[in-house]
Amino acid sequence: MLTSIYGKTTGLTASLLLLLASFVASLALGHYDVSLATLRASFMDFDPASTGQLIVVTERLPRAIVAALVGAGLAVAGALMQSVTRNALASPGILGINAGAMLFVVVGSAFLPLQAPWSLTALAFTGATVAASLVYLLGREPAKGAGIAPLRLVLAGVAVTALFIAVAQGLLVINQERFGDVMFWLAGSVSSRSLDSIGPVLPLFLLAFVATALLTRQLNILGLDDAMVRALGQSTGFVRLATGGIVVVLAGASVALAGMIGFVGLIVPHLVRGLFGRDHRWLLPACLCLGGSLLLIADTAARFIIPPREIPVGVMTALIGAPLFLYLASRRSPSL
Amino acid sequence: MNPSLILRSGDDRLSLKIPRRTLGVVCILAGLLIGCAAASLSLGSHPTSLGDVASVLAGSDDSGLSLIVGEIRLPRVLLAILAGAALGVAGLLLQGLVRNPLASPDVIGITSGASAAAVAVLTLDLAVRGDALLPLAAITGAFAVALVILALTGGHRASPGQLVLVGVGLASALGALITFMLVLSGDASAMNAYLWLTGSLYAAQWGDVIRLAPWLAIFLPVALVCARQLDVLALGDPMATGLGAPLSGYRPLMLLSAVALAGSAVSVAGGLSFIGLVAPHMARNLVRGGHTGRLVTTAFLGALILLCADMVGRLGFAPRDLPAGVFVAAVGAPYFVYQMYRLKR
Repeated sequence: MLTSIYGKTTGLTASLLLLLASFVASLALGHYDVSLATLRASFMDFDPASTGQLIVVTERLPRAIVAALVGAGLAVAGALMQSVTRNALASPGILGINAGAMLFVVVGSAFLPLQAPWSLTALAFTGATVAASLVYLLGREPAKGAGIAPLRLVLAGVAVTALFIAVAQGLLVINQERFGDVMFWLAGSVSSRSLDSIGPVLPLFLLAFVATALLTRQLNILGLDDAMVRALGQSTGFVRLATGGIVVVLAGASVALAGMIGFVGLIVPHLVRGLFGRDHRWLLPACLCLGGSLLLIADTAARFIIPPREIPVGVMTALIGAPLFLYLASRRSPSL
Repeated sequence: MNPSLILRSGDDRLSLKIPRRTLGVVCILAGLLIGCAAASLSLGSHPTSLGDVASVLAGSDDSGLSLIVGEIRLPRVLLAILAGAALGVAGLLLQGLVRNPLASPDVIGITSGASAAAVAVLTLDLAVRGDALLPLAAITGAFAVALVILALTGGHRASPGQLVLVGVGLASALGALITFMLVLSGDASAMNAYLWLTGSLYAAQWGDVIRLAPWLAIFLPVALVCARQLDVLALGDPMATGLGAPLSGYRPLMLLSAVALAGSAVSVAGGLSFIGLVAPHMARNLVRGGHTGRLVTTAFLGALILLCADMVGRLGFAPRDLPAGVFVAAVGAPYFVYQMYRLKR
């Protein structure tokens, strides 16, 4: 673990460089290799006649932006959820928020004539909010003031996820013509998005990141035990609610862009906590950089495992994340 | 009036206490089940009168009728009853075992194990629906997941919470694996696998019933014996140990029964969810007292839910035959959320 300010600054700079490097790698590597010179030319002096430049600008650039945004968003959402619930297993995927957003997007895009990015995003927010409220209602301890029990919360999340996925599967079976569309949302993918559809969602991510930055001090206090938090005069209700709002925005926007991508919100905060400790002023920016890098790297690697097919990036993250979940779950106590 | 019937053997060595309320509820459910089964046997694209159904069941030799009723509808009805009962009882056992009303075969990964194995077989084109290989693969998958859960949690020493969490982790890993296989396979076999995952009794045959029945014949009695231990277990581990309950012996036995019941049901009926979650809750609302009565009620309720869902899917949207799993989820999921909300207060 990095302890000194100097070490942490170096670590954060390295994470930022990793994010940039994986962004460039995601643009350059793939079934059709693009040289760095072509890459530079496609931004400095775009020539529509060159296949390489066309691939970079129309195909890989939106894809890399989506991967970076979604990875960063999910990782930060996961870190926030783990802090607020004090539960090492909390993340948007496991607590059903992604599934809620997915179901609403599927209903909107495959069964209602809604295709505009903003309407899908609004649907995703609604779904994420519904799921988050349901999981909170179901996962609270019955006794007053007992807070949120780790196991109960995870089970509530899993049950809610099962509920939403079952409904999505039912819709799919009733309306089999939309099989491909629905599978896209269920499996999660960062491909086939145009720059136009990213535009409306981008400000939401930025807004959520800024709001997160404003909350870091309060989040640090929330990590102490409840009596201490009250003694310090922190209003926990407001911070919890605001954090919940940010999580819904980040997870909803991520699902609206890329469907259900699990485990990013679980893996990255644990990795980062191991490196930077629990101070949210370091934890959150590092989650942002490393979350983006993880999804970019996973997406780039997914192009090479069984060419010419691509593995859905959600499957890649699950392959990395599931063993970590099992490790965390088989420890004695699943609290942070 | 005494709220319970008490039966004693002549020398007072054995006695059986049956609460009247449980007896009444079970009788009503049995009546409903018989009514639904009769309706399901007589209705369809070729309606048959109840008299004709009775004559086929009695062994009539009208070849057309006995084909429709005896070879197509009867196995389907029996399969719905058996699979529904098995899933409900498996859910009850798991919920009692981990003392958590949210546990069920689908939540802790047993259904996912069976589904992953079945989808692998379907998308690799090793078998089509109805082959004997499919249920075999599915039940192997269910047991494999149970073994992995036990191995990762260190067997009988594990706390119930760990058992569930590891199951949840495995379920999500297997979910990703299923998605992976579906995305990589062609659209036709992917759709086929998807129908299986939703859970459908379409084209049920006598072979399926014969494959499922022995599991129930063995493990339903085992579950009934274990039910008494669940009453003690509900008091908490220290109290149960203090009362002399052999926990380390019964826990694996209950887990084994739950896996066998859920795995065998899923292997013939597909990835049905929510029956194992909802039927025990309904039973808890209907009958008071111990787990034995609740277990019998759960079995009847599970059978009734699946039979009704299958009937709606088969008749409600004719000529299409929609999978029963869709309707189980459509009814089970809202009921479950309502129930969870009520338990809070």
